[in-house]
Amino acid sequence: METTSRAAGKSRGWYYAFAISWIGILVIPFYNSAEPTLAGFPMFYWYQFALVVVSAVITWIVHVATPQVEDPQSEEAL
Amino acid sequence: MNTPATIVFVLIFAAVTVLGFLAAGWRRGNLDELHEWGLGGRRFGTVMSWFLLGGDLYTAFTVVAIPALAFGAGALGMYAIPFCIVEFQVIFLVFPLLWRHAKKHGYVTIADFVHARFESRLLALVVALTGILALMPYIALQLVGLEVMIGALGFKTAGLAGDMPLIVAFAILAVYTFKSGLRAPAMIAVVKDVLIYVTIIAAAIIIPSQLGGWEKIFAAVPPAKLLLKPADATGLNGYSAYLSLAIGSALSAVLYPHAATALLASNSGTTVRKNMALLPIYTLLLGFITLLGYMAIASGVKGMPEYADFFKAYGNNFAVPALFLHYFPSWLAGLAFAAIGIGALVPAAIMSIAAANLYTRNIHLPYINPRLSGADETRVSKWMAVFVKIGAVAFIVCLPVTYATELQLLGGVWVIQTLPAVMFGLFSRVLESRGLLAGIVVGLASGTWMVADLQFKGSMYTIHFGSYAVPLYAAIWALALNLVVAFAVSLLVGSSRRSVDGAPLGALAK
Repeated sequence: METTSRAAGKSRGWYYAFAISWIGILVIPFYNSAEPTLAGFPMFYWYQFALVVVSAVITWIVHVATPQVEDPQSEEAL
Repeated sequence: MNTPATIVFVLIFAAVTVLGFLAAGWRRGNLDELHEWGLGGRRFGTVMSWFLLGGDLYTAFTVVAIPALAFGAGALGMYAIPFCIVEFQVIFLVFPLLWRHAKKHGYVTIADFVHARFESRLLALVVALTGILALMPYIALQLVGLEVMIGALGFKTAGLAGDMPLIVAFAILAVYTFKSGLRAPAMIAVVKDVLIYVTIIAAAIIIPSQLGGWEKIFAAVPPAKLLLKPADATGLNGYSAYLSLAIGSALSAVLYPHAATALLASNSGTTVRKNMALLPIYTLLLGFITLLGYMAIASGVKGMPEYADFFKAYGNNFAVPALFLHYFPSWLAGLAFAAIGIGALVPAAIMSIAAANLYTRNIHLPYINPRLSGADETRVSKWMAVFVKIGAVAFIVCLPVTYATELQLLGGVWVIQTLPAVMFGLFSRVLESRGLLAGIVVGLASGTWMVADLQFKGSMYTIHFGSYAVPLYAAIWALALNLVVAFAVSLLVGSSRRSVDGAPLGALAK
């Protein structure tokens, strides 16, 4: 019962949001640069730190927005 | 000897030992069952899993070797960041499903899943052996991390007498892991992670201000090392090297057996998913740990006469300890060294449990004694975990450290070869077991050949397309070959018996 209500409004399409992180990593020519600096950090460094935070947020969004993998116990109960 | 630091170090180690023994009674379960001893009863919630995975995936070796790499090679050391991003997102995609199969059918290892999914105990054997072989040097390297810390306290670590602290630490570790199973490293991981956070936050506050700010620190790094060497008309240079190292190591990290051990110990697939969003807190920490290498450059510790002997003994691995000794009060340096030292014990315990479970489930049970009861399995695993630790200690005591480093390099190249079996096992029915088997064998052979061709000095293998050079992490080249062979052979032998979901393992252990 719970699984059906939880699954409502959830879409596997949100998995594609991970592509944002991966593209963010792949565009090396874009971030392999010293300028602009941020708080003394060259871009190569602050950009990747920022990407960690962005990726964590994306992961949380995907977690909330996609259906959970059900516990086998709930199936056995059916 | 550095007395205040040593006192703090010894006290923390003593406390952790007590904790290791007490862990047996924590969330009490029947420790005669393998999933209780070896997976903590699959009961770790989000918070405990977070600590356990943090303790498992960010090892002492990582904490010492990544800043050492930044210290020596510069920007390349930052690969640790994209590495973690990819690793966690791949785990998010793969492990909740694996967890579900494992829970449903009682799998303890990845090879259990491969065995059932492809109905091939031979494929499972190859996957298990690859995992064990890759783990052995990794466990040995944890000892190297511990050894550098003991050396930093001012003890001589050369000769048999010098190895005594290591032997004692691992002997104690072996005893409480034998008794408490995965519960021991799980509880200790909490202490280790808290200490590591304290250390790195202290370092990030104390050291940059002493060095005149982050700008000065980055300015001290030679300009050629501050950024990657860009692609040009002759080749992809630093770009492909950086990306392939990050992605290849991330895939290897997902497939290393100790990752599965800690992940399958979660109490649900949802716990795994939540943690992949929460573990990046450690990634930020690792980013700062990497930059400790730059702080070491800026501080000039390598040129200081009081550290000259240490750098001679431990190489760039001494960059971070030297930094701590130079800038921290003695007691805080002791705490930092204890944090990294315990950071060696936690993964070493989990890795030895992982190797032991692979041996029991995928070698002993199917090939030596198929009539093991649950209690027998656990007994075999417990002793195997002890043997694995003895092996690791013998490795470090008897052979030069460079052997362990080189084999660890190979370990990553090897373990990634199990990727097709796991991924295609989960998500597709295109490949069949003989194809996967052929692929793994070709992957292992070609990967080993490439690293040997590099004289075991590195794992960046350059292939020239005409006059255009493409350097890639050898694991990626080998994986590509593995996949080509797996597809070709699968097509040749035609479609196979297909079952989406594996049968319970017991039914297969004929």
